[in-house]
Amino acid sequence: MRTDVMTSEAPADLAGLTGKRFSLRPVDYLWWALLLGGFGFVYLNYRHNLNGYEWIIFSCSTLALGYAGTAWTEFRRLLLIVAVLALLSIQLYDATLARAGERFLLQYFLASQSAVMWMSFLFVLATLSYFFALFTGSAFSAAVGTGLTWTGAAMGLTGLLVRWHESYLISPEMGHIPVSNLYEVFILFCVITAIIYLYYERRYRIRALGGFVLLVISAAVGFLLWYTFDRGAHEIQPLVPALQSYWMKIHVPANFIGYGCFSIAAMLGLAYLARGDDANPRPLLARLPVRAEIDDIMYKAIALGFAFFTVATILGSLWAAEAWGGYWSWDPKETWALIVWLNYAAWLHMRISRNWQGPAMAAWAIIGLFVTLFAFLGVNMFLSGLHSYGEL
Amino acid sequence: MLGFLGSMNLAVTLLVALALASVIGTILKQNEPYQNYIVKFGPFWHGIFEKLGLYDIYSSSWFILILAFLVTTTSICLYRNTPRILASLKQYREDMLEQQLVNMADHSRHRTSVAHDEAVATLAHSFRSLGFRTRTKRHGETTTVAAMKGAANRYGYLFTHCAVVIICIGGFLDSNVPLKVRTLQGSLQAETREIPVSRIPDRSKLPVDNSSFRASVSIPEGRATRAAFVNLGAGYLVQPLPFTIQLEEFRVEHYPSGQPRSFESDLVIQDGSQRIEQTIAVNHPLSYKGYTIYQASFGDGGSELDFKLHDLASAAVLDHSLKVNGDLVLDHNGVAYRLEMDEFRKFNIFANEDPAIDKKFRDFGPSVNFKVRLKDGRANEYLNYMYPITLEGREFLLSGVRSSLEEDFRYLHIPADDEGSPGRFFSLLNLLHDDARLRRIYAAGQSALLPGNSVDGNITEQDVGNVTLRLIRLFLDGGFPMLQQQIDPAMDEDTARTVNSASMKILRFGLEQAYTASLGDAGLDVAEISERDIQFLNDAIVTLSALHQYGFPYYLQLTGFEHVESSGLQIARAPGAKWVYLGFGLLILGVFFLFYVPHERLWAVIKPAGTGSEMVLAGARTRHSRDFSRYFEQISRTIERSFPAN
Ligand code: HEM
Repeated sequence: MRTDVMTSEAPADLAGLTGKRFSLRPVDYLWWALLLGGFGFVYLNYRHNLNGYEWIIFSCSTLALGYAGTAWTEFRRLLLIVAVLALLSIQLYDATLARAGERFLLQYFLASQSAVMWMSFLFVLATLSYFFALFTGSAFSAAVGTGLTWTGAAMGLTGLLVRWHESYLISPEMGHIPVSNLYEVFILFCVITAIIYLYYERRYRIRALGGFVLLVISAAVGFLLWYTFDRGAHEIQPLVPALQSYWMKIHVPANFIGYGCFSIAAMLGLAYLARGDDANPRPLLARLPVRAEIDDIMYKAIALGFAFFTVATILGSLWAAEAWGGYWSWDPKETWALIVWLNYAAWLHMRISRNWQGPAMAAWAIIGLFVTLFAFLGVNMFLSGLHSYGEL
Repeated sequence: MLGFLGSMNLAVTLLVALALASVIGTILKQNEPYQNYIVKFGPFWHGIFEKLGLYDIYSSSWFILILAFLVTTTSICLYRNTPRILASLKQYREDMLEQQLVNMADHSRHRTSVAHDEAVATLAHSFRSLGFRTRTKRHGETTTVAAMKGAANRYGYLFTHCAVVIICIGGFLDSNVPLKVRTLQGSLQAETREIPVSRIPDRSKLPVDNSSFRASVSIPEGRATRAAFVNLGAGYLVQPLPFTIQLEEFRVEHYPSGQPRSFESDLVIQDGSQRIEQTIAVNHPLSYKGYTIYQASFGDGGSELDFKLHDLASAAVLDHSLKVNGDLVLDHNGVAYRLEMDEFRKFNIFANEDPAIDKKFRDFGPSVNFKVRLKDGRANEYLNYMYPITLEGREFLLSGVRSSLEEDFRYLHIPADDEGSPGRFFSLLNLLHDDARLRRIYAAGQSALLPGNSVDGNITEQDVGNVTLRLIRLFLDGGFPMLQQQIDPAMDEDTARTVNSASMKILRFGLEQAYTASLGDAGLDVAEISERDIQFLNDAIVTLSALHQYGFPYYLQLTGFEHVESSGLQIARAPGAKWVYLGFGLLILGVFFLFYVPHERLWAVIKPAGTGSEMVLAGARTRHSRDFSRYFEQISRTIERSFPAN
């Protein structure tokens, strides 16, 4: 992805184009020092709590975050803020879960449930700002939308990290990474989708599309709130034995990068259709990018999603081989993952072979979201199988 | 023909067809007992669905056919495209001339004072330092520098599509399609009866050296097996193993909330003289000589339960013992009841709802589930706890009953005595069935009732005894409602109320007397009846009133158990797995190459112009032209700057 770096910082001469991919600045060194310092701290203090595979995952995640944080400074800022907030909450908790109701900052801000509520609120607000900007052309409102989305993502990510810590406070044996049930993965979905969108927003200057993308996040927020208040789903539950595996730590996030991308693609498809053709767009939506550009980003989102979804499905299969005794059992969840995958493989083929663009592909991307949604939610609701956790 | 088979249209059609077929398989529950399907769809549709293979779609012939087609198309596609792709990686297209470059979307023109030869060298060097490989060719006056980068992108196509073929073939090796074929040929037949392995005929047995299978087996603690079972259609096949697997111990560990935290089996593999001991758990299988053994499930391995059956209509108590899944026929006054022992649980942990107890979770101790079936097939299900459970400070033995799975259990609360046993309750019940004894008791105790309590001044002592006895009988037969029914409906309301309250008093008197007597029998000092004893009676009366709805003339009291668990293992041999994993690796690599290593070409045509030269640059990237335009602009700008203008 070298072009990415190059478009953001125009090089002075050819050496700038050719030389090292990143010319590291002092802040970059500081960033890596912090990251490696954190890694070292964990190694020194918690060496025995992680097994070999977990060390591999942890090391790779550290490197990946380091890389992403170097290439994308806003993302780095997000990570740093989240790290500070999470550490602050650990400090405030002081190893006692009951502090959540005693300390002001926890109760209203940093306890995982409060952070998630903030996230929900901020994302909905961001949606409104983006749409206001789209309809009125207010650059300020669009910038506010971006800011709110970043803040929402920060609160969501903080909420997840704090929840992770809280699960250990309940009892050490209950502790687990918060990607184990529908409630937790919905938060993950909101955060990941927002971050991927922010990446495209910066790269392709598409603030006008923010409202559409945030719409799907707001829908997820709506579900999350219903799930919390109606079903009490926010209670931290212990992990069933089948989920006690390092595979979960990578399978689930990889899946959600895929789902996030597919959702973004679908919302871009919606924007594409809603906009009307380039010559005579709908008056309110005339500020949206031209169709060819929307289409291009839609393709990129599906390509990124497809790549991660492929990885996620393969990881799932490897996990199944270890937990269920077979890399493929035609379990409904597995099968639906395959269906999603085949669907996007077909989409990509049509796109490259026929260079199909236009409304049909946009509509197909929207249909793809429903297929994805069924794999993600419908299977848990309507079909039973080995993936019996995370029921509604 | 080859053209059609290798076409992208067919490929997309097949991808979509495969997706749709898979949908059917997830909506229709696969591999259920046929009986369920018949009930659900009726015999007509069942016949059609069965013919279509909808009950085992993923190994039905048409599904396999779609897959086979997909593999074929992909292979043909690969066969046709690979030579072209490999060839194109060698073609730098150094024959491109100025006119062709100018026709490209991304091109630029530059003039420089640098002379032709030097310009060629510098450009080629620049391209190389951008990561391109270059070829230079002279065409008379002018020179073309052609550059190319991102060959991996083209390999991405080869990798992903090879991966699809490899994964499908690997998966096929491990599927049960070969078994299906053999059953169709008749050399293999699934066994449908539940009989010991030794009696299963050879035509239902797979060879020991079968290289690919997925079988399961359930082993009780302390036992061993040399065979496992492969499900096929409505029956199963036996898969003999070349070693014995013995289960030493099975363990379930729980979270404080009672949810299972881990399932573990201590296994011993005995292979000739070789002995391997290993503990397996969910997510931690054991691999031995290409066989992998997984913890798949668990169950009861035939726990031995000892219990007493208290006859609810007489003093009789029967001692029995039964294994889980065993049954027992009881004859009670000419009616046959079959008791089917379904389940034993050692723990029953629930969230605590009793504010008097300072715990988040409570263990209600061991319990048994059993069914009692009548001749006509109707059955009630029961759930009895072994130990008393404290509710509002008193102890009760709980026995739940329900007549269908959809209902919740309704619980009989038998008050427990100081030993935590139902003994005191049953001695009261026994006494209440002993008419002769009751008559004697009432004869002695009447004076207590008569003064001031009389219903009618002319009543005799004999009558009171009879009335009390009759009320007790009615009460035991139908509880309080039965007493209500006895009141003459013609009576006016006031009289009815008086009569009712009188009969309640008499009933209470009768029960109290009997209770006192039964306490006396047990050696208690009846002069010192405590508050607690009164409370016990009140609780007992509630229970007695409900007894007629219990549906089984015995109360089963669990008195002892020997818990034997069994571990459900899955045993697999998957020679295709290594191919599938190879395919996975190729697929991931290929997909990332395809999407994230752009395949790019650059050209420069340099021709002398005066003392300096004129350069035309052009470039292209497969399938990402929008991004490339910006990249190309930067390159051309940078090159512009790095060559001195003239
Ligand atoms: C499950 C089966 C398949 C999968 C998952 C798959 C996947 C892919 C993917 C991800 C791409 C890249 C799309 C892009 O660059 O946007 C691709 C490209 C392509 N696929 Fe497939 N494919 C499959 C089957 C087939 C079949 C059966 C054919 C035969 C007609 C085929 C022919 C092609 C061709 C010609 C390309 C373009 C390659 C290039 O020039 O870069 N694919 N495929």
